[in-house]
Formats: sequence, C-alpha cells, structure tokens
Amino acid sequence: MFSRAYRAAVTVPPLAWVVAFLLVPYLLLFAYSFWAVEQGNIVHSWNLHNYADLLAKDVYRATLFRSMWIAARVTLFALLLGYPLAYFLSFYAGKRKDLFYQLVIIPLWVSYLVRAYAWKTILGTDGVLNTMLQYVHLTQHPVESLLYSPFAVVLTLTHIYTPFVILPIYASMEHIPRNLVEASQDLGASPTQTFWRVIFPLSAPGMIAGATFAFVLSLGDFLAPLLLGGPSGIMISNIVVSLFGAAYNWPLGAAVSLCMLVLVVSLLFVAERLEKKWSYT
Amino acid sequence: MSSRARAAHRSRYLPLHTAAVFAFLYLPIATLIIYSFNGEGVGGFPPRHFTLNWYRILFQDEAIWAAVYNSLLVAAFAVVIALTFGIPAALALDRANFPGKAFFRRLVLLPLILPGIITGLSLLMLVNLLQVKLSLITIILGHGTALISVATTEVFAGLQKLDRAQEEASLDLGANYWQTFWRITLPNLKLAIIGAALLIFTLSMDEIAVSFFLIGRDNTLPLEIWGRLRRGITPEINAVSTIIFAFSLVAIVVWYRLRIRAQGHLEIAAELVEKG
Amino acid sequence: MTNPPTPPLLSIRNAAKRFGKTEVLRDVSLDIAQGEFLTILGESGSGKTTLLRIIAGFEQASSGELWMAGERLDPLPPYRRPVNTVFQQYALFPHLTVEANIRYGLNIAGVGRAEAASRVQQALEMVKMTVHAKKKPSQISGGQQQRIALARALVNRPKLLLLDEPLSALDANLRRQMQLELKSLQREVGIAFVFITHDQEEAMVMSDRIALLKGGHLEQVATPREIYARPATTYVAQFIGHTNLLRATVERGIARCGPLTWPVQLADGPATFSLRPENIRLANFAPGDHAVRFRARVKTQAFHGATEILQLETTDGLALAVRLAGGTTPQSELELQFSPADAIPVREEAA
Repeated sequence: MFSRAYRAAVTVPPLAWVVAFLLVPYLLLFAYSFWAVEQGNIVHSWNLHNYADLLAKDVYRATLFRSMWIAARVTLFALLLGYPLAYFLSFYAGKRKDLFYQLVIIPLWVSYLVRAYAWKTILGTDGVLNTMLQYVHLTQHPVESLLYSPFAVVLTLTHIYTPFVILPIYASMEHIPRNLVEASQDLGASPTQTFWRVIFPLSAPGMIAGATFAFVLSLGDFLAPLLLGGPSGIMISNIVVSLFGAAYNWPLGAAVSLCMLVLVVSLLFVAERLEKKWSYT
Repeated sequence: MSSRARAAHRSRYLPLHTAAVFAFLYLPIATLIIYSFNGEGVGGFPPRHFTLNWYRILFQDEAIWAAVYNSLLVAAFAVVIALTFGIPAALALDRANFPGKAFFRRLVLLPLILPGIITGLSLLMLVNLLQVKLSLITIILGHGTALISVATTEVFAGLQKLDRAQEEASLDLGANYWQTFWRITLPNLKLAIIGAALLIFTLSMDEIAVSFFLIGRDNTLPLEIWGRLRRGITPEINAVSTIIFAFSLVAIVVWYRLRIRAQGHLEIAAELVEKG
Repeated sequence: MTNPPTPPLLSIRNAAKRFGKTEVLRDVSLDIAQGEFLTILGESGSGKTTLLRIIAGFEQASSGELWMAGERLDPLPPYRRPVNTVFQQYALFPHLTVEANIRYGLNIAGVGRAEAASRVQQALEMVKMTVHAKKKPSQISGGQQQRIALARALVNRPKLLLLDEPLSALDANLRRQMQLELKSLQREVGIAFVFITHDQEEAMVMSDRIALLKGGHLEQVATPREIYARPATTYVAQFIGHTNLLRATVERGIARCGPLTWPVQLADGPATFSLRPENIRLANFAPGDHAVRFRARVKTQAFHGATEILQLETTDGLALAVRLAGGTTPQSELELQFSPADAIPVREEAA
C-alpha cells in the first residue's frame, strides 16, 4: 500500500544515522581491538596481541568469571523474587492489579544512581543498617563486610534488576488464556498441578527474557562495583573503564569490550531461540 | 474461577512474598528520602533532628544547578534526535521491506540491552577519529542515538494498534502520502510519541554509562553526583536524589496514564522483550 | 414405559446466580438422565454458559444445589468433579502435543503408563486423529482441534460431558458434519452430554431433549418434537422454527382472530395460538373435515427449494405466513385452510 518514495523516506534517514553512529562505532571497536599502543600512541598495525594478552593474563579471565558469577547470582535472586510476584500480580491481584503494576514500573524508571546510592548509605560502616543493628543491640560493633564486597554488589544489582525480570514474566502470564487454567482443572488437575503443568511452562518465554535482561545488564554494570564493590567486587566493565582511562590502552580495552559484546550478543541469540521455541502464541 | 474457589486455592505465601519484594524495592528509596531530612547526616539510627538544611545547601550549590541545566539541555536535544530518527525507523520496520531489515532492527535496539559503556566507548572512538572535541554535543549525540531504540519500540507499538484501513481510507479520499501521514498517521501516534518523549527524557536525565565516555568540561547531573559520591557522601546528595525521585515519579505516572490511554492494557514488557 | 424410572444422573435444584445486582439465572431446576443428549438452548445473555460453568465448577451458584448419584456436587472444586468440558475455543494446551493433551487428565489421575497409552490410542481412533498425534495444536485446523478437545475430555470417561458451543467456531459445512458425528459418537460412548448452543436448528438435529433458557429462566424442557409441536410460550414458538401467532379472543368455546374462527376448549378471554406455516394448506374442500377456511391475498412468494414461503394478508389485514410445497403456481389470491387442532394455545410472555 505504501509507495516506493514513502518507504524510502522513512527508511533512509534512520538507516543512515544508525549506520553512522552505531554500526561504524561498533566496527571501530572491532578494528581497535586488533591495533596496538606504542609509546602512548595508537598504531594501526593489525595483530592479535590484545587477544593473546587477554588469554595470558589471569586478571581478565578471573574478572570476567567473577562478573558472570555476580550476574548469575543477580539473575537467580531476581527470578526468585520476581517470579512469584509476577504470578501473584497476574493471577491473584484482582482489582489491585493496576496499582501493583505501577509499583513495579516505578523503581524501574527511578534513577539508577539514586538507588545504588541508597544502598551505599544503608550498608556503610556508619550506615543505616549498622547503626540500626547496634541501636537494637543485635550487634555491638559495625558489621564491616556489608559494604565493599561482592555481596553488596549482588544485593544492589538484584534490587535494580528485579523489576526488569518481573515485567516480561508478568507479560507472558497475561498472555496465557485463562480457559487453559480452567481446562486443566476440568481435567482433574489441582491448582498446584495446574501451575507446574500449564502456567510454568507457558511463562518460560517471559522467564528467559527477564533472566537475559538481568544477566546482561548486571554483567556490564560498572557503577555498582565502583560504588559498593571494593577491590573484591571489581567487574569486567571496570577493567574496560580503567583501560580507556588511566591505563590508556584503548586497543586492549576494545578487545575486552568486544569479548563482552560477543558474549552478550550470543546470549541474546540463544535467548531469542529459546523464547521462540517455547512460545506457542 | 469463581471467587470462592479462587480464595480456597490461593496460597497464603504469595501475598506475603509480594509484600516483601515491594518492601525490598521501596525501603531503600524511603530510607534515602527520610535521611535527606536528617539533621545528623547520612547514617545513624534512628534518624533525628528534622531539618531542611540539606535542601537549603542544595539550592545554593551552583555546580549542581549548572549540571541540572546541562542535563535538561541534553535530555531535550536527545528527545529531538531520538524521535526524528525513531519515528521513521518504526514506520520503516512496520511497512517497508529492504535488504538487511532484520539486521537494522537488531542494530537499532541493541543499545537497549547492550552494556552502556560499550555504546559509549564505541562512540568515543568515532568522535576521536573525527577529531571532534568532547562537549555536551557529544553527549547529546550519544544519548540521542542510544535512545532511538526507545522511540522506535514505543512508536512501533503505537503503529501495531493503528487501524491500517484508516490510512487506506485517507488515500482513497484523495489525500497523498504526505497529507495522510500528517492528518491520520501522526495524530494516531500522538500518545505513543508523547510517551516516548517522556521516557527518553527521563532516561537521558539519568544516563551515566554513555555520558561517562563522552563527557567534556560540562557535567551532567548524574555525573556531577557521581563525582561527589566518589569523594564521600553527604545528605545533600540525599536531597538531590529525593528531588530526582519526585520528578521521575511524576514522569512515570504521566507516562503510565498515556500508555493506558494509548494501549488500553499493559504491554510495555512485551515490547521490551521484543528484541528479535 | 415398562422400566422403573432410573434416578437422574445430575439434578440441578433451584439454582440461581447473581453477579452483583444482575440476576443471570433464576430458579433453574433440571434433571439430566443417564446417557441422554440434552441441549441447553438460548440466546446470548440467556445464562446458558453460566449454567454450564456452575455444573463444571468454575462458578458457584448463589443459591440452589447440584446432586449427582446421591451426593452434593456443588461443594467440590472443578478438579474433583466427574465431569469434563469441551471448551468453546477448545483450550488445548499449546505447549503439549495432541497426544499429550489427551493424556493430560489420565496422567493427573495417575493412570498407569500402559493403560494410558492404550486409552489415548483409542481416543485418537475414535475421533480419527491418529495421524496427528505428534503435532502441536497450532499445527492442526480448527475442526481437528475440536476433535482433540472432545477426545481429551472423553478419554477420562466422565459421567457427564459438557460442551460449550463447541461448533460455533466452525464453518457451516463442517458444522453440519460435526453435528452428526457428535450425535453418533454420543450414542456410541453412552455418556450423557450437556450441549450448549444458541442455534435452534442445531439443537433440534442433535438433542434427545432441549432445555430452552430465556433471561436466566427455563422456558420449556422437552424433546425436539414436543417443543416444536407443543411450544409452551410465544417465545418458544417463535424461537424454535417459524410460526404465526394468532392473538384471538375466546367466547363460548369459539376463538376469533380477524376473519378466522375455530372451536376451542378454553375459558373466555384473550388467548394466543401458534399456527405453524406448514399447517396451513391449500383448501381442498374435502367433505367431513372441520377445517377452518379463509381467503388471503399473496404479498410475496419466496422459493426455498422443497417448499415455498408465502406472505399473505387476509381481507381485514391479518398477516400470515404459509409454507407450501415447491412449484406452486404464483397466484394473487388463495383459498386456504387449517385444522383447529394445529392452532396450539401458548402462554403469552410478560414483556
């Protein structure tokens, strides 16, 4: 129904912009990762040194694994917190559904920085939690290990990404025709059996999507580790930031970033496959 | 299910769990707000000595206000860029076919899910290559480009609800494509576009990862706060956070209302999932 | 009837249902016999789906009781009732294959693997869907999904099968075919069916008995022949087939409606009669009958294949429809007759 000119008019400008300011930069990242730094200058000599470095030095691998481990825990906790809430919201919230839904999206759009900062004030040595514990005489001295630990990072990131997990699960549950639940009960299945045999499998695409969000977003996080992580909570993005900053080794930084990018894109690819496979609408 | 049958099946655990998760999500924010009025600083329990002092200090803090101004400027231009390219991108995805369309869609949406620092430092490399000086303009470029993804998903969702027959009727009645776009398509997308603008504005006001690499001499508000956090925390930051929270709250509620009016139901999550 | 009356399979006693202030069902009492095909017929909003959902257990009646085999059924949740349902949109589980859909109830009931397999096999054969066993519901057509929904319910050998307008999503041809199949299948399995429809023709073709609901109230429960021949109310007479409603006045054993008069055994006063169009015939002037004869002008004549329907008007403006054998020569005026026995007195509906 739309003319050639119309289609060209809506396609060419965004395509050109996106190619210039997204695709070209990503390609530059790719190119940089094969370049080198000599005496503080970036030289365009194509080589694999950066990748060799990545493989050779334990710090990169260890940090990448730590980041993945932190992200995996965040994902798990966010699922454990989010799934039952989404289930309650979709099936049992009744008239309050709308209100509860808003309560989920509000934290989603409330400043990331504000929320990470809130945890810093709570978990610090003289923070709200420690002084409260002492006030009620649960502890005599501040618990030092609350802040500046992987625990603080996982806690904060779980707080931040739980709404991201709730929303897609909730959406996939909303798409489950309610007559399937009735059909299952009609065929003799109790509510618990119905949950495990019908609702749980049909909400799998939402779970995959939510888990992907939580994992990918927390994997690439660099503020929470700096703010709350301490030396033992450093993540892969922090390495990238320091390579682009103080260390001034853009090519190596680009190589690390590219590894992240490949990891993220392949995760998305797998998640998309799984979602397609498990969605039946 | 009848209400009686449902009540019998409903587990007692679920409402408790829901309440606990909401507490987990909201208590930190509540703490933050409470301590912005605490005379004795950020920590210490229980909070005591109610004061507005931190807000007074905040309102006299010129660096913060300069940063607020910069952030507003960046957010406004980011909205313009994201909509200028996001609206046609949504139209293209909805109604044009061209080689590489699937790739184009993925590329546009990538900044939504990719760690912000990757988008930020990639753009830094381009800016560096073109020998452009870092300034607010480079931040606008970064925000605008990254948030095309938001404009595209929101407007695309609006287009899915648009009855194609309306546009066909307009063409049938003698309006050309351009006239049809202005008279039929755009008015139908009004709510989606306003919603997208609001969302982009809010996200840009809060953005750190992309800005981090593209920042010049002038700080945006989150980067200004970030810089202070690294030096130590004061209740002044609680105060500014409280104000940011209040503004985001208003923005979200307005956005949500628009969304309900535009869509009739809650589909946002489904679109966020719609990466492929 | 020589056999002693068997107790009903399901007994609905004074069931009523209110949603807030809306009264959806009022004082519905209905017995369903072993092995019968009962159709609940009604327009949309008549409460037929609510009645079905009360039997299935998805809704609770606001008052009234359900009894099955000497026990109260209504306190039981849906999954404890020996009743299965074929849903309107089939409600097949999209993530399970056709076979797994059918096996679902057997698995829940803990039926052994070997027995379940053979029962699933039988059920698939019964609905002639064996070749599609491994497919997902999205890969088969609407008619096929309908058969699977039927097999999924019947494989559990329920005491009662509920069917919620299961044919409404099918096109006309398939629908007619499925009506006959469903009917013969019901004979074969001998399970009582409670079938819901808004289509009176479908109800007539399939049912042993029809329960006609109107505004949440049972108008008449009877066999298709009886309900057609002896409609209880003007609503029933008009809803089932076509009819002429004659609003007459009875005076000393004679009913009078326009130019027509005929003997009746009713008290004096106004009375309404239903006279089916096919019970009006061309006058043959045979001696000895007590037919009521009249003349009428032909306004329109519509060809319906085997029959023709003529819209008539008598000299003093009484409009009547008549069904005659096909191939009647068009005429502007006709001499007609009907037998007084065919004018059935019906109760007038309160508006």
